[in-house]
Amino acid sequence: MEQIIAQSPASHADLMERARAVRRHIITSTRDGKSGHPGTSLSCADLLVALYFGHMRHDPQHPHWAGRDRFVLSKGHGAPALYSVLAEAGYFDPAELSTLRRIDSRLQGHPDMHKLPGVEASTGSLGHGLAIANGMALSLRLDQSDSRVYALLGDGECQEGEVWEAAMAAAHYKTGHLTAIIDRNRLQIDGSTEDVMALGDVGDKFRSFGWNVIVIDGHDMAAILGALKAAHETPAIGQPTCIVANTTKGKGVSFMENVVKWHGTAPSPEEAEIALKELM
Amino acid sequence: MGAPVVNTKDKIATRTAYGETLAKLGAERSDIVVLDADLACSTMTQYFAKQFPERFFNMGIAEQNLVDTACGFALAGKVPFASSFAMFATGKAWEMVRNSVGHMNLNVKIAATHAGITLGEDGATHQILEDLAITRVIPYMTVLVPADAPETEAIIRAAAEHNGPVYIRLGRPAVPVLPRGEKGVEFKIGRAEVLCEGTDVAIVACGVMVYQAILAAQELEAEGISATVVNMSSIKPLDKETLLRVAKATGAVVTAEEHNVIGGLGGAVAEVLGEEYPVPMVRVGLQAVYGESGTADALMKKYGLLASDVARAAKSAIAKKR
Repeated sequence: MEQIIAQSPASHADLMERARAVRRHIITSTRDGKSGHPGTSLSCADLLVALYFGHMRHDPQHPHWAGRDRFVLSKGHGAPALYSVLAEAGYFDPAELSTLRRIDSRLQGHPDMHKLPGVEASTGSLGHGLAIANGMALSLRLDQSDSRVYALLGDGECQEGEVWEAAMAAAHYKTGHLTAIIDRNRLQIDGSTEDVMALGDVGDKFRSFGWNVIVIDGHDMAAILGALKAAHETPAIGQPTCIVANTTKGKGVSFMENVVKWHGTAPSPEEAEIALKELM
Repeated sequence: MGAPVVNTKDKIATRTAYGETLAKLGAERSDIVVLDADLACSTMTQYFAKQFPERFFNMGIAEQNLVDTACGFALAGKVPFASSFAMFATGKAWEMVRNSVGHMNLNVKIAATHAGITLGEDGATHQILEDLAITRVIPYMTVLVPADAPETEAIIRAAAEHNGPVYIRLGRPAVPVLPRGEKGVEFKIGRAEVLCEGTDVAIVACGVMVYQAILAAQELEAEGISATVVNMSSIKPLDKETLLRVAKATGAVVTAEEHNVIGGLGGAVAEVLGEEYPVPMVRVGLQAVYGESGTADALMKKYGLLASDVARAAKSAIAKKR
C-alpha cells in the first residue's frame, strides 16, 4: 500500500520549533480575528504538532487520500491550533490564518470540513468527536484499511454524556486503531474543572470503560510521540487507547498560562506583541 | 375518478417493510451499514442484522452515539441507516442530527419507527408528534413518510440512492396497502402521489392518515362531495407543484397527519399555500397536545384522526370558501 508522510521524520528539536511557530500563528490569528480561543489552542499545540509532523500519515496535497490517518478535533474551539498546524503542513497558505472568524473566511470559529481542506469532520458542539471518530474507525476496519483514527477531546468536554457512550462503544467494538487524546488542562469557562464538575482521574474512568490508558506530560514532545507509538501496540488486541495529556492552558505565553480568562479571549495587539516575543 | 376501494386484508407495518427492504439492500450493496440502539427487534433492522452481522452495529441505549457513529461511517464512505424509535433518534439525538448529519450534509439515513400516536400503549413519552417539524427545519435534510409497505420499499431504496441526509418516518401498526392499480408505486423524492381526483376539496395526507383520507373521500362521495386525495409522502422537499395544482382545482385543502398540526405536514402545506395560493385550510392532526396510552385505534378515535374527522374537516374547509 502506498504510504505518504507529509514530512520526513522530524527531530524533537524540529517539532518543538514547529510548535513555537504554531503558537505564534495562534496568537496572531486570534489577534487579527479579534476573537477565538487562544488558551485552549495553546494547550493542545504540542499534541497537534506531534500528530501532524511526527506521527500521522497524511498528505496535504491530497487531503482525501484514502490511506490517510484521520484526526477529529472534538474540542472544536481549539480551531486556531488546528488551522495553524494545517497551514504549517501545507494544506493552505498561512497568510489566510489572519482571516480567522471573519465574514466569508474558510476559517470558521469552529472547524468546517466543507470550507477548509484537511478538516475531517465539522465540530464545535462538544461531545460529538469521539463517536464520529469511532464510526470512522469501524468503517475503516470493514474496508480492511490500516488507517488509524485520532480524536482530541477537551477535559471539560468529558462532562458530556455522549463521550462515555462512545467510550463504551469503542471498547465494546474493540476499535484498537482508535486513539482518544484528552487535553487535560484542568480549566473550563467557569473555572477549574474540579470546581465546575469534578472529573477526577479521567484516565481511571477510561480504564474502567475498558481502554488502554497512557498518562503523559502533554508538552513533552518525546512523551507524546512515545504514547502515540505505544497506542499502536496496545496490550490487548483491539483495545482502544486513551492518552491523558496533562497540559497547561495558555502554554508558552506567561500571562496566559493557567488563567481562565484566556480560554476564549483574543489578545489585543499589545498583548499579542508581548506573547510573540515570548514565543520567538 | 372516484374514491378508490382499499383492500384491508393484507396489512403490513411500514417498519416491517423497512426491515425487509434493508435486508434486500444489504445483499445488493456492500456499502450499506445499519446501526440500531437496542430496538432491532422492533425497528426490524434485525432482518439485516441476521444476514449481515459484520455490517450491523448495535450501539446500545445511546442514541446520541448512534447518530454520531453513523456520521463517522458516512465520513468514511459508507451509507449508514441509523434506527431507533423516532422519539429518540430525532428527539434525544436532535442536536447530533442538526450539527453532525445536517451541518456536514452527510449521507446518513435516519429511519425511525414507532412515530406518532399509533405507537399506542407506551404512551406520551414515546409518541413523538414533533419529528417532522424538528427534522424538516434542518438544512439539507430530506424528510419522507411512507404510507404503506410498497411505498416504504420504494422510499428506502430512494433514500439509499440519494446522496445526502434523509429522515424516514415509519410506523408501528400494520396498515393496508393503498390502491394503485397496475402501475404500482412510482415514488420519487419531491413527488406526491395523487390517489383520486376531485373538485370540491383536496385532502393532503401522509403516513397512516392516507388510508383515513381515502375512507373520508368515500364518505364524502356518498354525500355528493368530490375530494382529491394526495399522499404527500415527500414532506421535504414538498411537492409544491402538485399541491398548488390541487389547491387551485378544488379551492379548499385539508391536511391529515398523526403529528402535531404545528410544524409538520399541515405547517409545510400552510407555508406554501400562504405564500403562493391561499385557500381555506383545515389541519387534522394532534392539536398541540401530548398523547397517552391506549391502542392505536382508540387513540386515533380520541384524538380526532379517523376518516369521519377528516370528512368533517373537509366540509369545514369547503364552508370557508368565499
